[in-house]
Amino acid sequence: MSLLSDLINLNLSDATEKIIAEYIWIGGSGMDLRSKARTLPKLVTDPTKLPKWNYDGSSTDQAPGDDSEVILYPQAVFKDPFRRGNNILVMCDAYTPAGDPIPTNKRFNAAKIFSHPDVVAEEPWYGIEQEYTLLQKDVHWPVGWPIGGFPGPQGPYYCGVGADKSFGRDIVDSHYKACLYAGINISGINGEVMPGQWEFQVGPSVGISAGDQLWVARYILERITEIAGVVLSFDPKPIPGDWNGAGAHTNYSTKSMRNDGGIHVIKKAIEKLGLRHKGHIAAYGEGNERRLTGRHETADINTFSWGVANRGASIRVGRDTEKAGKGYFEDRRPASNMDPYVVTSMIAETTILWKP
Amino acid sequence: MSLLNDLINLNLSETTEKIIAEYIWIGGSGMDLRSKARTLPGPVTDPAKLPKWNYDGSSTDQAPGDDSEVILYPQAIFKDPFRRGNNILVMCDAYTPGGDPIPTNKRYNAAKIFSHPHVVSEEPWYGIEQEYTLLQKDSRWPLGWPLGGFPGPQGPYYCGVGADKSFGRDIVDAHYKACLYAGVNISGINGEVMPGQWEFQVGPAVGISAGDELWIARYILERITEIAGVVLSFDPKPIPGDWNGAGAHTNYSTKSMRADGGIHVIKKAIEKLGLRHKDHIAAYGEGNERRLTGRHETANINTFVWGVANRGASIRVGRDTEKAAKGYFEDRRPASNMDPYVVTSMIAETTILWKP
Repeated sequence: MSLLSDLINLNLSDATEKIIAEYIWIGGSGMDLRSKARTLPKLVTDPTKLPKWNYDGSSTDQAPGDDSEVILYPQAVFKDPFRRGNNILVMCDAYTPAGDPIPTNKRFNAAKIFSHPDVVAEEPWYGIEQEYTLLQKDVHWPVGWPIGGFPGPQGPYYCGVGADKSFGRDIVDSHYKACLYAGINISGINGEVMPGQWEFQVGPSVGISAGDQLWVARYILERITEIAGVVLSFDPKPIPGDWNGAGAHTNYSTKSMRNDGGIHVIKKAIEKLGLRHKGHIAAYGEGNERRLTGRHETADINTFSWGVANRGASIRVGRDTEKAGKGYFEDRRPASNMDPYVVTSMIAETTILWKP
Repeated sequence: MSLLNDLINLNLSETTEKIIAEYIWIGGSGMDLRSKARTLPGPVTDPAKLPKWNYDGSSTDQAPGDDSEVILYPQAIFKDPFRRGNNILVMCDAYTPGGDPIPTNKRYNAAKIFSHPHVVSEEPWYGIEQEYTLLQKDSRWPLGWPLGGFPGPQGPYYCGVGADKSFGRDIVDAHYKACLYAGVNISGINGEVMPGQWEFQVGPAVGISAGDELWIARYILERITEIAGVVLSFDPKPIPGDWNGAGAHTNYSTKSMRADGGIHVIKKAIEKLGLRHKDHIAAYGEGNERRLTGRHETANINTFVWGVANRGASIRVGRDTEKAAKGYFEDRRPASNMDPYVVTSMIAETTILWKP
């Protein structure tokens, strides 16, 4: 169907100054991404210079039918890897016509936390490891798995190569390049322990941009799986039994932690996180209890533990951080379906602002 | 078949001055688009300088066999996104050899209304939201729907992303760029509430050009679905039951409405439209009674009601218009298979010329 591709790939820069902006937002479930496009008279790269827009909130469970307008505020701009040229992706958050964030708008509160002077001074960095599972369309069984059956047990698949060990690499590799093209700070990818499961990492990102970048990376991934005819799942335990779940381990550091002697700041921060374990877990993703069992490289959901190089702990401190006496740590508790605005801001709030 | 594409994509500008002009017209049903092409000696950008042409009206239900010539008058020129180079699309309307518009020529009357001095001075702007459904060829079942069954209920599909939520995006994106290339004032696109249904918007366009641009956009869409092997439907209620219909909401404003205090002009205009509700409905598309039920974001066909941000009304005024006390309003009554020449001119006639 290459005539269709000729049209999809038309480079309009020769024909017009106009550009297409795809406005992206999060729907009523907190995980469903939505987007629609509009024409702008010419290229804009500053989100504050982009027009606000609106959408039908009654169709996304975010407003009643007789008062359905929800307003979109542009927050971050990326290059559009699908339309290319001067076309853009715009990450937005949602407000009532009166200017209040709607209940599902988690970015608003995160932005408040990240603009608190004490948080700004600490320059919080995040590296998020987003795991996900690819499912065959219609049957919703993982990609590469035989219908009505199972592949061989876990072992050969982690970072594996070969037609019998790696399923869906074309999606993963196109996602990697598309994200780099878009301007997302994607730092790596790897095949995961469960066959059909993959991971990409975004970071290091400062403050609110960690959430923006992860959401746009998720959007790009869902657009790519749409093209590939494969279903994307962020379920934290897609297949029960002796199969790994999917998480969104969140690596974190502040200026103090990155400086000499930072290991003491890290230990204090981990203590505070331990005191608020239940509060964090409640915000770390739906269905996480199916994943955090204490097996399959997780810590039990009711236990808070930390350790150096311990993948069975809630929080893991890397050996290089331990050796250097400074660095970062990894919160392994968030599920793959967590909201990065919530998780990143909560970690900052607990470790920097909260007093026990 | 890459040899065929090489030929289709030949750039003739290096070999010859000649160009190909595709003359487009509307056939006897009022919705069937027809076109044929001719060679011209050199590039033309002014429709007045294009030659009139003719076609066999007895093959389109527009003339008897023994007197079958129908004359085509070129009215608007666009760049041809399929042949590219200097080739053009030409929107035409149809006349008898005697020079009279044939009965199915709705443009002629619209052009008269739009050249009335009162209408000209009010500079009527239109933004038309064209909804449409993509159907699988042969089965005529919506794209992405399982044969012999139904997808999950409406909810996830509006502006949705992903292989299980969005069906046919390649067609929609190819159409967006092709229209921009052609010079059609396409202002945006979005996935609709019913899976397999989409919408594009054309505008703001002034007066008669709204109709010309929408018909050309429809033509380009039908050419693209032809390439994709998918059937295009403008039926206003393609699937009975708990599935949204397809409309062509028409946004409208005049100079007075856009000026300070315009909200009062808007309210007067809406009152006049209310007094002529039945006449408008009769001209707003065949089969609209299957769509305008009062459910699925429509107002009942027998009721005329307007409201701010109310998607269940016949006419909706946006919150930003209410706040600024000037702007535009949206007539939500027209069906997807309406004739934009008829609808745009009728709205102008009722609100500007008609005296109750």
